[in-house]
Amino acid sequence: MSDTHAQTARFVRESMLPEREPPLAEVGAVKWVRENLFSGWLNILLTVVSAVVIGWILLHIVPWFWNSVWKAGSLSQCREIRDEAFGPGASSACFAVITDRWHQLVFGFYPQTLYWRPVTALIVFLIAASPVLFPRLPRQALWFSAISPFIMFWLLWGGSVWAPLSVLLGIVLAYVAFRIASRFVSPVLAMLAGVAVAVLCWGLLAGPLTTDMSRILPIRLRAVGSDDFGGFMLSFIIGVSAIILSLPLGILLALGRQSDLFFINKVSVAFIELIRGVPLIVWLFTASLLLNYFLPPGTNFDLMLRVIIMVTLFSAAYIAEVVRGGLAALPKGQYEGADSLGLDYWQSMRLIILPQALKISIPGIVNTFIGLFKDTTLVVFIGLLDPIGLSNAIRASTDWNGVYFELFVFIGLMFFICCFSMSRYSIALEKKLQREHR
Amino acid sequence: MSDVAHEMQTSRAIDRSQMQVSDEVAIQITDMNKWFGQFHVLRDIDLTVYRGERIVICGPSGSGKSTLIRCINHLEEHQAGRIVVDGIELSNDLKNIDKIRSEVGMCFQHFNLFPHLTILENCTLAPIWVRKVPKREAEETAMHYLTKVKIPDQANKYPGQLSGGQQQRVAIARSLCMRPRIMLFDEPTSALDPEMIKEVLDTMIELAEEGMTMLCVTHEMGFARQVANRVIFMDQGQIVEQNEPEEFFGNPQSERTKLFLSQILGH
Amino acid sequence: MASTVDASSRQGFKLSQLIYDTRYRSLTIQAIAMALLVLFLSWLVSNTVQNLSDLGKDFDFGFLGQRAGYDINQTLIPYTSGSSHARAAIVGILNTLLVAFLGCILATIVGVIAGVLRLSKNWLVARLMTVYVEGFRNVPLLLWIIAIFAMMTEATPQPRDFREGGTASMWLWDSVAVSNRGVYIPAPVWGPGSTALIIVFVLSIAAIIGFRRYAFRRQEATGVLLPILPVSLALFFLPSILAYFVLGGPVSLAYPELGGFNFQGGLHMRNSLIALWLALSLYTGAFIAEIVRGGILSVAKGQSEAAFALGLRPSRTMNLVILPQAMRVIIPPLISQYLNLTKNSSLAIAVGYMDARSTLGGITINQTGRELEGMLLLGLFYLVLSLIISGAMNVFNARMKLKER
Ligand SMILES: Nc1ncnc2c1ncn2[C@@H]1O[C@H](COP(=O)(O)OP(=O)(O)O)[C@@H](O)[C@H]1O
Ligand SMILES: [Mg+2]
Repeated sequence: MSDTHAQTARFVRESMLPEREPPLAEVGAVKWVRENLFSGWLNILLTVVSAVVIGWILLHIVPWFWNSVWKAGSLSQCREIRDEAFGPGASSACFAVITDRWHQLVFGFYPQTLYWRPVTALIVFLIAASPVLFPRLPRQALWFSAISPFIMFWLLWGGSVWAPLSVLLGIVLAYVAFRIASRFVSPVLAMLAGVAVAVLCWGLLAGPLTTDMSRILPIRLRAVGSDDFGGFMLSFIIGVSAIILSLPLGILLALGRQSDLFFINKVSVAFIELIRGVPLIVWLFTASLLLNYFLPPGTNFDLMLRVIIMVTLFSAAYIAEVVRGGLAALPKGQYEGADSLGLDYWQSMRLIILPQALKISIPGIVNTFIGLFKDTTLVVFIGLLDPIGLSNAIRASTDWNGVYFELFVFIGLMFFICCFSMSRYSIALEKKLQREHR
Repeated sequence: MSDVAHEMQTSRAIDRSQMQVSDEVAIQITDMNKWFGQFHVLRDIDLTVYRGERIVICGPSGSGKSTLIRCINHLEEHQAGRIVVDGIELSNDLKNIDKIRSEVGMCFQHFNLFPHLTILENCTLAPIWVRKVPKREAEETAMHYLTKVKIPDQANKYPGQLSGGQQQRVAIARSLCMRPRIMLFDEPTSALDPEMIKEVLDTMIELAEEGMTMLCVTHEMGFARQVANRVIFMDQGQIVEQNEPEEFFGNPQSERTKLFLSQILGH
Repeated sequence: MASTVDASSRQGFKLSQLIYDTRYRSLTIQAIAMALLVLFLSWLVSNTVQNLSDLGKDFDFGFLGQRAGYDINQTLIPYTSGSSHARAAIVGILNTLLVAFLGCILATIVGVIAGVLRLSKNWLVARLMTVYVEGFRNVPLLLWIIAIFAMMTEATPQPRDFREGGTASMWLWDSVAVSNRGVYIPAPVWGPGSTALIIVFVLSIAAIIGFRRYAFRRQEATGVLLPILPVSLALFFLPSILAYFVLGGPVSLAYPELGGFNFQGGLHMRNSLIALWLALSLYTGAFIAEIVRGGILSVAKGQSEAAFALGLRPSRTMNLVILPQAMRVIIPPLISQYLNLTKNSSLAIAVGYMDARSTLGGITINQTGRELEGMLLLGLFYLVLSLIISGAMNVFNARMKLKER
């Protein structure tokens, strides 16, 4: 029986066919509209419903924006201008409140003549953050990132330059002590030695050094108290310092949670679960109501500092979970490889594991920061003047009593711009990491 | 020629008694064209497949082989020309598509087994929900085909617990459970390690020996020589040459075919 | 003392082994860590004891039994200002659970719809959902809460505007009134015979479950699937409606009516509850939408193609192939969103909703001066709640893990 069919055509193409245009129904706007908006009854329904929703929203918002008043001294003036231009009762936004008070929403009650200082601090921060966020920049720039917190602190709070410098000195001495000690004793003991040196330096040396040097070389900026901080500046300071301070703590917690040591493991787990199980607002009230109970009698320090400590502990627990994810995502071979080289625990963590784990954790850390930055608005409930607190304060003034949505729109927009761009960055980074992992 | 093909030729003679091509048309494609956006992927495809034929399609990557066989069971939509499968014209009518899909089985390069279902459940899912077969009966059929692809003892494992070759054989069994009259294969062995390729090819040869109509995109030239009755070479979205395997490999006509064969056979 | 020396000398124990011997090293480290922690904790405790005695306070939960003396504007269980602080705390906890429960339901509905629609081929609807998701995710929840609350109180009519000839009117055939005092909806009035109606309803639910079981067993035996959805719907509605008329309409609705300066009758939902509920749901819904979208996208395209190639219809493919796989990816983060929502409900403070933080952690603390005890109990409540939820999640994860080599 034949295996091939009689009609099976032997076929050889003599000349290749050229590429042709698709038929008309398959191209252009017509096809796009048909496929994307009107293919099937469900699709048509969706299109109609969303068009109605969009129309309804625009109908309410557009005139409000369109008729908005940008120059006025108070809400009643705004209303007068509106009545004249668009007739009484017309929907009209009074953005004059923003033009009038934007500096408060941004800087709080920071002295107006000193606005250059937070602005410079922001620039310093952006410069310092860029080598961390964009690995293509030269690595030497990280040294600047390392000392930038002290510059920013000095710019923001002012006072003598020697106070932050002596703190910095303590850290440098501690590092030197650590390097020397680690030649002789195990890394853990060396670390303890470093900590001891730092504490000694801060306790004994820093105070006299600051006063003496201030007398000899009085470099100082006008001091500004924490009470005057407010607005987005405050949100930013709390968010950024908490995230930076919480990184080392979070990494330690993550290592603790991964650790085989029973006690360390359980303590880390307990801390993380305790922090994450209770809402931030409860922790903030704890900071404002209870912290004084836990500290030696008579200690009483800055509310803003207390909040930063609390938020740092809070975000450390979240960072720990992110870093733990990064540690878990590393292939087992990396751990085994590090062990097989004869590195001890801290060496293998520092040289092999953490650099990789942290790199994959950056998107998660950025996301944590976005969440934290939004959560800084909660400090309004313990009396700090974040943007929302200031919006209440502005509304409490007779001029702007009754202004709601203009303020909300402005604050919301500012948050949106910050958070949205950060989340885009983190998504882009995640995609890049995925590509590299293939 | 690859080592695997040599091995196959020596290890086992193929039983050709059932491999008969009838006059009945299984698939008829006339003047079919397809575009992805502005990109003309398939150009003027004319192809008639008779029942019992084993056709191997080869060609460089990106030449439209996958797209062609995916058009046959309407995983892709074509924009011009006709495709008739078992006398049913492919249109946008859901009923026709359903009918054709239950006539045509397909195996993918990456197996596409359902990871949340056991091997047995993978095989019984479609018979139960599409063919409305009682569960017991579906399981019996499934076990029958799993025995045929030589993995009855894995029936209660999950796909993730099987090797690549085993997974691909399960995928073949899963298609067979719908009792298709035509099988499409899209590079079934190219994601597998060499030692697993043979077990999958053996399964496919067995299918061919039972007279199944097969359309197979593959670069296993040993398989093409032994099993196929026709080899089709595609390039740039068009059929460039087709012939019986002996002629095709021994005496290729088109320059493109010669070039392709010299590359793939490593001469 | 002597015995230790004996034991160590027998094994040749040296002090340095404590640090360099892997057997003892970890014990040493843990012992040091434990000692440090104990030192730290006892430092905290001694400070606290010192501070408390300086203030002339003690640590005592007796205040829970005392008379609370304040009113709560929304109570799910009977409560008066004469009730105890403990009862006030429970009222607050129930209010927290209420808004969290309502919020989880609405957030899930909103999130699932938005997540699925974001994947829709319909360009317009996909964009609209993207705007929703990004808009809510990138703006602080607190801002949404106070903005929605301001909308409810500032942009809605006053009750007197609903009077004859006023500017406002009620919705849905005069049954729902949205005013700046809150939303008034009809309230059910359970007349005689309503117990029988409820029994009929419960029975019909049981019948639906029974019917589904039967239908699947029949499918296994014969291959034919009975029409489950229509029959279930019929079973759901018909018996209850029939019973309603047979029993002579035992349940009626009390409509809100304008009386004096406010609405009377009907169910009053405070603006604080509604604003908090809506804001929590829309905010969390945006996150859930991303989770749902990610879950569906995580199922490889090949899965649906394989199902199509086997002849399964798109809806069956969704139910039998895509969703079961997507669910494994979706449910764990979904549960942690529920947890977040519950914790975020403590933002009730922004709108004056009387939740656990406002009663136990707010007014009670202010009135009794028991910051330590009150905050401790409040923290404990949230902690237990989240441990329960994350425990449930762990059980789910363990069950659902895909089997792989
Ligand atoms: N879904 C798609 N959208 C756009 N282009 C596609 C799509 N699928 C395939 N293509 C393109 O069509 C061409 C043919 O693809 P394919 O049929 O997969 O080739 P082959 O299987 O022969 O390697 C390729 O250039 C590929 O990039
Ligand atoms: Mg292909």
